[in-house]
Amino acid sequence: MAYLQMRGIAKTYGGVRALTDVDFACERGSIHAVLGENGAGKSTLIKIIAGVVQPDAGTMTLDGREVQFSSPLEANAAGIVCIFQELSLMPDLSVADNICITDPPRTRLGLIDSRAQRRRAEELLARVGCEDIDPRERVRNLPLSRRQMVEIAKALGRNPTLLILDEATSALTSSDVTKVYEILHQLRNEGLSLLYISHRMHEIKELADTCSVFRNGRHIETFPKDAHTDHEVVQLMIGREMSHVYPPKPKWDTPPQPVLEVRNLSWPPVLNDISLTVGRGEIVGLGGLDGQGQRELLLALFGVLRGVQGEVLIDGRKTAIGSPARAKSKRIGMALIPEDRKTEGLMLPMSIGANISMAAMPMLTRGLVIDRSREAQRITEMIQQLQIKIGGVGDPVATLSGGNQQKVVIAKWLMTGARIVLLNDPTRGIDVGTKQEIYQLLRRLADQGTAILFYTTDYDELIGSCDRVLILYDGKIVRELVGDQITETNIVASSLNLSDQIERAAAEARA
Amino acid sequence: MKTLRIYATQNLGLLIAIAIFLVLYLIYATQLSRFGMNVVLQNANEVVPLALVSMAQTVPVLLGGLDLSVGPLMTMINCIASEFLAGDIWSVLFGCVLCLVIGSACGLLNGCIVVYGRIQPIIATLATGAIFIGVALFVRPTPGGKVDGDLSWALTNDINELGYTYGWWEDLGWFGLIPLPAVFLVLVVLLVWIPFRRSATGRGCYAIGSAEGAAYMSGIAINRSKLAAFTLAGFFAACAGLYLTLLTGSGNADAQQAGSYTLNSIAAVVIGGTSLFGGTGGCIGTIFGAMVIRAISFIFRVIDENSIFGFLASPLLQSLVEGAILLLAVSLGAARVFRVRNRLTLFT
Repeated sequence: MAYLQMRGIAKTYGGVRALTDVDFACERGSIHAVLGENGAGKSTLIKIIAGVVQPDAGTMTLDGREVQFSSPLEANAAGIVCIFQELSLMPDLSVADNICITDPPRTRLGLIDSRAQRRRAEELLARVGCEDIDPRERVRNLPLSRRQMVEIAKALGRNPTLLILDEATSALTSSDVTKVYEILHQLRNEGLSLLYISHRMHEIKELADTCSVFRNGRHIETFPKDAHTDHEVVQLMIGREMSHVYPPKPKWDTPPQPVLEVRNLSWPPVLNDISLTVGRGEIVGLGGLDGQGQRELLLALFGVLRGVQGEVLIDGRKTAIGSPARAKSKRIGMALIPEDRKTEGLMLPMSIGANISMAAMPMLTRGLVIDRSREAQRITEMIQQLQIKIGGVGDPVATLSGGNQQKVVIAKWLMTGARIVLLNDPTRGIDVGTKQEIYQLLRRLADQGTAILFYTTDYDELIGSCDRVLILYDGKIVRELVGDQITETNIVASSLNLSDQIERAAAEARA
Repeated sequence: MKTLRIYATQNLGLLIAIAIFLVLYLIYATQLSRFGMNVVLQNANEVVPLALVSMAQTVPVLLGGLDLSVGPLMTMINCIASEFLAGDIWSVLFGCVLCLVIGSACGLLNGCIVVYGRIQPIIATLATGAIFIGVALFVRPTPGGKVDGDLSWALTNDINELGYTYGWWEDLGWFGLIPLPAVFLVLVVLLVWIPFRRSATGRGCYAIGSAEGAAYMSGIAINRSKLAAFTLAGFFAACAGLYLTLLTGSGNADAQQAGSYTLNSIAAVVIGGTSLFGGTGGCIGTIFGAMVIRAISFIFRVIDENSIFGFLASPLLQSLVEGAILLLAVSLGAARVFRVRNRLTLFT
């Protein structure tokens, strides 16, 4: 019997199925890799195992006993320790404090024994090969790669029997990665179960004993590492039916006149030497796995980030964009539809009307006063144009459904008459009908001459609605796909930075 | 050497506060014609209530919140204590314990409202602060009280005087010149603050202020730490109220004074190197912060009207100058803004 056994696990988030009837098992003394595209259900699976979320249905047994975890603490007590993608360190505490936070060594009086704590931290740091980190240093002062090693040391200090690593190597330097591999192999030989999530195929090949592929919230297949080629693994990860209808794409005889041009843009360590152009009337997609710098790229263009290197050209003229207020000015005419509409897109308690006219305010004022009748007229136009379903213009925007809220965000920026529209995953968590309206709208805007840069985590959307797709990996553009090249296989393969091998394999398969 | 460097960088706020205090106090001492232990005693007496109430403020600030009820709570305890600090040693002792228990209970009440009512600390304590002032007025509608005169005298002087008053000991030499208020402060720090800071619950408070989400994911008992933090704040506020009672020998439900104690406590916390965002700092720094604030007002008393700073001698200007210094101190705390690379993080 497997160490961890899950049966019939299901989980929905507000109508969206994250996991459906998943059976999954994980053995002792093995490294088990979990693979899947964005939204395949990997994170939900891990969160359920680690007690962060509770499944709607299904059972979980650990070492033969049925378990239910209502908090990370309970999972921890059962020997399950998780290293999450987002670090769980407290920046103002020292390294030793962080490593020992869950169960610090105590003196006879019940107080924390700082000397014993420091020794324990030193031992654990030595175990992960990081003797150079001073346990008294504050975590805030460590570079990201060191912090990640501290995180691993912290996890080991909790004596796990099942260790989950969610993208735990994403920030490491290559020498650290080698150390981590050694540690993981050693832990496996000690009989631990390791669940490993990574988007780096070569890592999985080097580390894993067993692989499981997830797709659309279902467990597709579990197989020993060498049972499938890379090409076959990619095929397992995709194979999804196209579920939406997209407007037809225009034919391009000559490349369009560039509106936005980016040259050698960097924002270390997240963005690395990015060059791209977006032409008049063009929809350019940003693809790749989540968190490869797409979000930061959009923020950098919109003037939110500081310390951005490189050049941005608008209509062929070099332009400095220092703030969102500057980005939306007439000369630049840029708009960003943000990722999180609740915090970055909308003022939830304010009225629908006030939200729609928020960004276009300078165009609606006469002197110091807002021209209320003109504002009302423009708001009505926008609501009609986007078919936003509302009760009254004065209702708080919080009363709308997710899809309609997103339309309000889009309406807000369309009202400014933006010529360059950046979108950060605008269709996340909204219903199918509204999604299709958004695709139509984007194409209509493009046909009217707007330049659109469209980041989405849904590969379907990249294929269906983009003229060109740029794939980011590790903050670099690794691939540009044009026209017929925009296929699911190409997108997934480049997202894993495997493009060359896969193409060769595909070519051989065709031949 | 490395230990020293790490200590210095991690306690920069504390070291700066100590340095500012030393400079200010040196100026004050040299300007004074007759400086001696009696002056130190008087200064210590003025510092201790503010230091204690600022320690009360420090704990919620470490969590990332503000407690506006520390001044009112101190005032309420002052009024209650003015009823009980009389009679034989046992009834005085009972009075002290009663005051500390009431103070801690009021702090716990704040904590419950914040934790279970899910209300921001600043709002919750604004309301409870008004309630505490109300209770204080009910207990003592007019200033006064029946505090034992000997007790008040003995406990707010130096160690020698304590012995003389009760006939316990005679002249103890230099040791006898140590002011009792300083002894009390050190005792509170050693017996209450240091153990708290070194307990798992205290560690939890720092963790919450540093990154609450990460603290939760690390399996820290968040509610328990928050409740403990507010309870401890109540305890420190009660200590402040008790000492104020001994000092003045009476109780006074003065809402304006309560407000000024609250404001000065926030200033002392910031000057002492505790971040208003939570997670770093501590009560020791706060004590020096309180000493800095008091030292500024000491200096106002000794400025020579004929010197170039003579215009500052006007007591009318004291509030203005103190406010300006406070603003400067708080601005230093906000210097992190210049290092932020993603401006969106400024708003979260």
